[in-house]
Amino acid sequence: MKLLSSKATCNSHGQDSSYFLGWQEYEKNPYHEVDNPTGIIQMGLAENQLSFHVLESWLAENPDAAGFKRNGESIFRELALFQDYHGLPAFKNALVDFMAEIRDNRVSFDPNKLVLTAGATSANETLMFCLAEPGCAFLLPAPYYPGFDRDLKWRTGVEIVPIHCSSSNNFQITESNLNKAYDEAQRRNLKVKGILVTNPSNPLGTTLSRDELDLLITFITTKGIHLISDEIYSGTVFASPRFISVMEALMENKHKKNNVWKQVHIVYSLSKDLGLPGFRVGAIYSNNEDVVAAATKMSSFGLVSSQTQHLLSVMLADKKFTKVYILENKKRLKKRHEMLVAGLKDAGINCLKSNAGLFCWVDMRHMLTSKTFEAEVDLWKKVLFQVGLNVSAGSSCHCTEPGWFRFCFANMSQETLDLSIHRMKAFVDSYKINTRRPKRNSARRTLSQWVFRLSLQDRKHEER
Amino acid sequence: MGFVSSDQQQLLSKIATSNGHGEDSPYFDGWKAYDSNPFHLTNNPHGVIQMGLAENLLCVDLIQEWVAKNPRASICTAEGVKQFKDVALFQDYHGLPEFRNAVAKFMQKVRGDRVTFDPDRIVMAGGATGAHELIAFCLADPGDAFLVPTPYYPGFDRDLRWRTGAQLIPVHCRSSNNFRITKTALEAAYQEAQEAKIRIKGLLITNPSNPLGTILDRDTLKTLVTFINEKSIHLVCDEIYAATVFHQPNFISISEIVEEEKECNRDLIHIIYSLSKDFGFPGFRVGIVYSYNDAIVNIARKMSSFGLVSTQTQTLIASLLLDEKFVDKFIIENRDRLGTRHLDFTCTLKQVGIRCLKSNAGLFCWMDLRPLLGERTFEAEMTLWHVIIEKVKLNVSPGSSFHCSEPGWFRVCFANMDDETLKVALTRIVTFVLQHKEIEAVSKKKHCWRQSNLQLPLPSRRNTVMAPHMMSPHSPIPQSPLVSAKN
Repeated sequence: MKLLSSKATCNSHGQDSSYFLGWQEYEKNPYHEVDNPTGIIQMGLAENQLSFHVLESWLAENPDAAGFKRNGESIFRELALFQDYHGLPAFKNALVDFMAEIRDNRVSFDPNKLVLTAGATSANETLMFCLAEPGCAFLLPAPYYPGFDRDLKWRTGVEIVPIHCSSSNNFQITESNLNKAYDEAQRRNLKVKGILVTNPSNPLGTTLSRDELDLLITFITTKGIHLISDEIYSGTVFASPRFISVMEALMENKHKKNNVWKQVHIVYSLSKDLGLPGFRVGAIYSNNEDVVAAATKMSSFGLVSSQTQHLLSVMLADKKFTKVYILENKKRLKKRHEMLVAGLKDAGINCLKSNAGLFCWVDMRHMLTSKTFEAEVDLWKKVLFQVGLNVSAGSSCHCTEPGWFRFCFANMSQETLDLSIHRMKAFVDSYKINTRRPKRNSARRTLSQWVFRLSLQDRKHEER
Repeated sequence: MGFVSSDQQQLLSKIATSNGHGEDSPYFDGWKAYDSNPFHLTNNPHGVIQMGLAENLLCVDLIQEWVAKNPRASICTAEGVKQFKDVALFQDYHGLPEFRNAVAKFMQKVRGDRVTFDPDRIVMAGGATGAHELIAFCLADPGDAFLVPTPYYPGFDRDLRWRTGAQLIPVHCRSSNNFRITKTALEAAYQEAQEAKIRIKGLLITNPSNPLGTILDRDTLKTLVTFINEKSIHLVCDEIYAATVFHQPNFISISEIVEEEKECNRDLIHIIYSLSKDFGFPGFRVGIVYSYNDAIVNIARKMSSFGLVSTQTQTLIASLLLDEKFVDKFIIENRDRLGTRHLDFTCTLKQVGIRCLKSNAGLFCWMDLRPLLGERTFEAEMTLWHVIIEKVKLNVSPGSSFHCSEPGWFRVCFANMDDETLKVALTRIVTFVLQHKEIEAVSKKKHCWRQSNLQLPLPSRRNTVMAPHMMSPHSPIPQSPLVSAKN
């Protein structure tokens, strides 16, 4: 008899994908400005490190929150014992206010409809357990975050059927590709329970248009299915068009009439907007009280530490802080985004036009030796091992067109980003030269890129 | 939660609409009664006293003191803020190395340094709740089962079964041998499962036991190890109460048996741990899966993504547990205080003839109220329990909610309140028991008198019950709730 469960022995945890393999290579040889300047730069991790100084100043000014105190009195005992899965009221109140503020207060949220979970990872899995079972499917616009393969499918037995989006219309969701995905699910004998979108999108960095939101809401109304909107990047929208939350779109009269409120749910987290992934703060927001009730009970398997809830309840209740933080964060993200886009453009590489997120969706199709995923993997390996950048290959995000890559820009210093751009430029230059040269034998091709570049500098002048 | 309409039933999954969350059990009903009328020494002295929650409040002052003296442990204080960014960003499911080292060291200390734990085998989970579910996902497929000796913690019904689809098969233990786990009982349960074509994947034990408060002796542990090796099934040992052993005999962890028994297949042994009971930190959600099986460690680690411990908390715990001087003092103090509480509690009950199962660990007693049952049935147990909640105003947990096969046993928690509250609780129990005896005596006499047609004045209730050292000077004499229950 086999000792382990099927879940333990399958590979639905998704960690055999290149998305994670790149991380492993990075771990073996991580870049460090001083200790390892030729190491691999991590551009595969969508982390937000840009606004820590704002957080640190706040902490310095608010010692009570850190020291288990309230108004100078110790509340350690109260916090240490607090395991109520309804969550600390002060924290939930502060969190819903913060979520509203990010949406320019165009929508408001009721703390009683919020369920706290151990990160968005847990929130997404919990929603699957609440809404679907083995044999069911959720439709997801592709490309999508590789972690969804684990979070939505692994222990739940639910399937993902991609909604294939195309670069021809900037990867927007259309009625046609929605229907195709729905039909594909039916063909595979899967019961479609809902659609899950990430808005702003990971990996695209774009926000959904009002038309797309209307389309989605109409579709789920017709089919009687759910819509989960993972709005984990809602605080990272740094340029127009402005962010429209699914809750705002629902307020449109035509949708109000249809009573589709109970089918729409939001997932949120503080891992991206506040840059606190280690604290494991996730949330589910739903107008469906049965979903809230079930998810609340399930949250027992992954509650947020009361110590963390307390700290953040004080921090997010400080409106002066949240206002400053939200603005500063967007400003810095915008600057970084511009830097990366301009730098890559100099190297003849375009990015999908984007207004949000911690990354760019980079078009390197012209650098593929053939329009295939094999060629994409080859290119990805070159970027990883020769250029020393861990970026994420589009195929790991289930993109249907080879040649797209996600480059993260907010998880490093400006100097490191500068160096990454520099390395890419050098790579592209030598790549251009390599592709123009007649085919040589493979021994020649394995010579260091840097050696080629140095010896060919004069020639480059002539070619210009 | 309320009735779910059929529309909603279609919109939600079977798991969401089932009662697999287990909250309809009487274990939680008592909590609801407490929530709606919670006792407070000054603000609500007639409220319900919570004795159904196995929490450890006895040493919180020591920890509070430590926290105040160690601001660096918090990454948010001026002393510790330098680490803030790195800690806030760290989401590696391996956990902070200092956290794992600290937990491994602590687990060793609690076992008298008789064993060593490898920090690389420590996997985080969302409390022991998350840890149990995680190990069930790793070991069992839907329909597979775990054997569990009764009585057992009601939360297992949810933790091991709800979302995993696994089953629990009880291994019946009896009061006749103090609820010891016997080979006969194990074999019987296993056999029954085989006949029902249910695949057993493992045996789950809690040692020290909840609700019994007893520890397993060496022979029993070896019997269990032999049993699981023979059947090639897993042994999951929940050692969440390991540091609450306040009297001899000493605690023997499964880890000691593993190191002694060279024949034992280590791939089958897994330990569940948490800081919620030993330290009284349920709010911090520190759950641990420790496995001797490399494949399980590997996969459990990946699954732990669904319930990692906040790095802010990992940092605090690491600092706390690596302070050896503090930990040594804490372990001793914790044991002493628990021992004293246990003694106070059991002695007072003994004075009125209420026996508790002889125990040396845990945060509770396993109280034998069989003499108070009208009949030896679970209905009578429920009736008695309702009386205790509604009239005596104590939330205790009925044995049936722990799947005990014999009616009349109740789990009473004693470590989750201060001394004053404990006094009030004991007074209420004593009063109740004495009044019950009074009524029984009166009933018997009445029965005899009726039979003999004699009329004699009834003895005054006031004289027998109002023994000054037992009654609170503030409480009026309540009418015995059993009068209404029996009539």
